[in-house]
Amino acid sequence: MWRVGTVVALHDETATARTVRLEVPDWPGHLAGQHVDVRLTASDGYSAVRSYSIASAPNSKGRVELTVERLPNGEVSPYLTQELAAGDRLELRGPIGGWFVWRADQNEPIQLIAGGSGIVPLMAMIRSRISVGGTAPFRLLYSVREPGAVFYPDELQALSNKDNSVTATYAYTRATPKDWPRPTGRIDAALITSATWPSKLGPTCYVCGPTSFVERVAGFLASQGNSPDKIRTERFGPTGDRK
Amino acid sequence: MSSYTYDYVDGNAAAGELSRIFATDVTAAEGQCAHCGAIKRFAEAHLYMDGPGVVARCAVCENVLLRLANVRQGVFLDMRGMTYLMFGAGEANDVRARGPKRKFRLDGPPKRRST
Repeated sequence: MWRVGTVVALHDETATARTVRLEVPDWPGHLAGQHVDVRLTASDGYSAVRSYSIASAPNSKGRVELTVERLPNGEVSPYLTQELAAGDRLELRGPIGGWFVWRADQNEPIQLIAGGSGIVPLMAMIRSRISVGGTAPFRLLYSVREPGAVFYPDELQALSNKDNSVTATYAYTRATPKDWPRPTGRIDAALITSATWPSKLGPTCYVCGPTSFVERVAGFLASQGNSPDKIRTERFGPTGDRK
Repeated sequence: MSSYTYDYVDGNAAAGELSRIFATDVTAAEGQCAHCGAIKRFAEAHLYMDGPGVVARCAVCENVLLRLANVRQGVFLDMRGMTYLMFGAGEANDVRARGPKRKFRLDGPPKRRST
């Protein structure tokens, strides 16, 4: 079933990523971590469908935010990030997916691990936990190309400044901020050990990013004793082009 | 594409297509692979979406679990690769987060109207 959402606001997160806020009058609500399919139809009837994770916390106002990363050869993402304007209407199917979700009644420690734009559904979980005033301890390990590529930097900074909130660790792969203690590099086993919950605490781990990133990180988590049932993954393909 | 190994995404990604057919979310259901017997959430399957349809393979043995193809006449769905799908009690109903909870009044069975 396709619903129609109206674009009410647009916000650039980075040079290549934009958040689209939609109002969907008959939105049934969603869970943090779910996604929607977006359908664009050209005047000749050709249509393209892509999946995008929901960035916003569940709410009762029919408001849905998607953060879309522009892919150089993408078919849909350049339109969504460069041409879409307030007042435009988009067709949406969803919310969908019942596995890669965080529910407000989960009290165990939560380990979030994002690769690039894989932060989006994890941000919905963080926002959801904040909005329900939850007590589940959250840690985020965020692998990102360079400081300018971080999504939601101010919001994440503000959360890590609050003692009861989310602890974030960044792994920069191409360029670090000035005087950053860790050299550039991908997430490795040592960083997993130092920056994530020990497996004996029984955390639920959510890993989202390109397929190769998720493979590697899920392997590290499993080799450190996390049960496969507690490692939930969302891969979005070799290039990050979500279909 | 970087390598053949990583052409897949997670079973999660099929949720939209499958929602056209099933009333509840299939990706949170547990399925048993008909080849190796592994029992996993459908969301954990390896999903290949580059062809004309969708192919889900077992994350353990790569056996084909499900094929979905849209053709002119309709939709073909082949689920021979799974011996079963188990939808958890409650879970299947709330995964779509159907908005505010309904309030039921528990007044017992309806009273028989006296004639």
